[in-house]
Amino acid sequence: MAWIAIKMLVGDRAKFVGIVLGLTFASALMTQQGSIFCGMLLRTGALISDVAGDDLWVMDPGVQFVDDVRPMRESELDRVRGVPGVKWAVPLYKGNGRVRLTFNPDDLKEKTYSPDRLRNDRRESARPSAPSNIFTRGLNLFVRGAGDLDSPPPRWYTPDDVNVVETVVLVGVDDVSMIGAPARGAMVGPGPRGRMWVGRPEDLRRPDAILVDRVGLRRLFPGCRLEKPFDDPPESEEAYLARLEAFVRAAPEIEMNDRRAVIVGVCEATRTFQSNPVVFTLYSRAKRFMPMERKMLTFILARTGKDADGASPVAAEVAERIRERTGLAAWTGREFAFRTIKYYLIYTGIPINFGVTVTLGFLVGTAIAGQTFYNFTIENLKQFGSLKAMGASNVQIVGMILLQASLAGSLGYGLGVGLSALFGMKTLDRWGNSTELASFTPWQLLPITATAIALICVLASLVSAQRVLRLEPAVVFRS
Amino acid sequence: MAIDPTPTAPPPAVRIRGLSKRFGSGEREVKALDGVDLDFQAGKLSLIVGPSGCGKTTLLSVVAGILDADAGEVSIFGETITSMGDRARTRFRARRIGFVFQQYNLLPALTAAENASIPLVIAGWRKAPAVARAAEVLASIGMAGKVDSLPAQLSGGQMQRVAIARALVHDPSLLVCDEPTAALDHESGLAVMGLLRHAADQPDRAVLVVTHDNRVFHLGDRIAHMDDGRVARVEDRGPDLSAA
Repeated sequence: MAWIAIKMLVGDRAKFVGIVLGLTFASALMTQQGSIFCGMLLRTGALISDVAGDDLWVMDPGVQFVDDVRPMRESELDRVRGVPGVKWAVPLYKGNGRVRLTFNPDDLKEKTYSPDRLRNDRRESARPSAPSNIFTRGLNLFVRGAGDLDSPPPRWYTPDDVNVVETVVLVGVDDVSMIGAPARGAMVGPGPRGRMWVGRPEDLRRPDAILVDRVGLRRLFPGCRLEKPFDDPPESEEAYLARLEAFVRAAPEIEMNDRRAVIVGVCEATRTFQSNPVVFTLYSRAKRFMPMERKMLTFILARTGKDADGASPVAAEVAERIRERTGLAAWTGREFAFRTIKYYLIYTGIPINFGVTVTLGFLVGTAIAGQTFYNFTIENLKQFGSLKAMGASNVQIVGMILLQASLAGSLGYGLGVGLSALFGMKTLDRWGNSTELASFTPWQLLPITATAIALICVLASLVSAQRVLRLEPAVVFRS
Repeated sequence: MAIDPTPTAPPPAVRIRGLSKRFGSGEREVKALDGVDLDFQAGKLSLIVGPSGCGKTTLLSVVAGILDADAGEVSIFGETITSMGDRARTRFRARRIGFVFQQYNLLPALTAAENASIPLVIAGWRKAPAVARAAEVLASIGMAGKVDSLPAQLSGGQMQRVAIARALVHDPSLLVCDEPTAALDHESGLAVMGLLRHAADQPDRAVLVVTHDNRVFHLGDRIAHMDDGRVARVEDRGPDLSAA
């Protein structure tokens, strides 16, 4: 009977496509929204995932998540170092700093762009930069009193010096070990892949040196298009790297807390939840870049080693010892990341908003697929009646309906997850880093979506099946 | 009106006694069957005729085991179908009864051979042998060239032939046909009745046809005239095959 069920389903192409599209929509929406949700939540712990080499994060016991900065006394560092099982412990500063800079975009472009690119850019700058398409033209028709959108402020295409005041995530890494700095090695090119575009972490030892993250360049140097290669015509990685190197040589000085800061390199950092630029410097210098407070130590990064008796305790055990002996909170990186995610889940409306969207996807998918499937069954009622009259049992008929539902469900699920995966891939840049949209699909999301789709199919087939089961086979003799 | 079988006749293939069926209740109650007694012999083509609403189709539905009677008994080749449970009756239908419907009821997505193979598939046959057997039956009724055609590619007469092949493919003991010629022109109707006539020419098979098409009455061996839920009269005669 299985092949009959499949031919019945596939034979009515319009209905079949309708059912599969409904399920695809539901599956895609649930997976995609779920992925964005997970991606956003992972960004909340961006700093934790970017720091490598440590086992434990030690902090004030009141800290609930990674952005909840509660400074500790510097002496806490020595107390942690004294806990058995701690191999080493280093300070890490994390705070929101403010940078000020003044630069002339034309000057910077002249020093970083190739001559051809510069000519093109000047030609483009002479044109209005506001987009003009059917949407903007329609908008101008409807929003007449809101001014001409095609006339942006003149400073964008006849630029003078631009003043930038921007909040940044300031990370101060240990002066000696540089634990917490971006991983060594270039982002592209031969050799092991690190997190540096231009320069090396060791360059931070130069006077007033800072590293800035690539994506943050967009906010710090607006209009200079330093954050990614040119799209049209496409810029090669080598040309882009050369442009970034030229930028580092020509970058203007930056002011942080009335102190001079010099960009010595560009690194890659996982985007933060607030998407602020990330600035790395040494711990001692970070304290100068921030308004002075009595306590400045934000986190202590620790590595577990051997006990005095030679035993190797696990990180969780050492964390427990740190908690007992110092009264500070100590978590493994994974625990701290989940703690941060948990905070956002509990104390922000993000899960509710996403939950509503996912639920809507489920309901709309159920409505579309369920209704189409139900209609399909109702239209085939006479055929099912004939099969019943000819001796097909209820079990066989229900089996046929379930098979049809599972086939449509499997196809819809596969297409939906595929579309969501494509969307996820589209959110990545050419080096596999996430862009504005964060999308991360943990494997757990796939069975959850599959269960939801199966539920839709079971619901739709149950409603349809009960009509068929109640059907008197004598209906076949009524013309 | 009770019709007693003649004492010398062989046991009837279909034996109906005191069959009653009502629809609705109260003032809206309709007596579709009102104490019907009838016998039909194997090897014969039996027609049930009468005006619309006289209970022909209800009688056929109860005999075929797809509608419960309120009272009475129906035996088919000695097995009392009215006393069977739902499952047993479903199995009995699958094994012993073939159906021909007025509107053919072919599955539009299946080819002629696939449609004709359905009773075998219901009985548990695998697809390939079932379709091959159905193709043989289709060939035997002059449809060899249409085995792979979809119903939409067939004429009304051809679709009814496929339906007859479907009804015969599992070699049933009883063939029940509801107005098989109603949707066909005269020529196609006669051709279809000819096939049914041929199907009835087997000593272990009875063929019951409900019809109000008086152009085919002459093909029946026994004609039961119904009126108002009762059997008004029964004509027994040899078939006149000259026109078939």
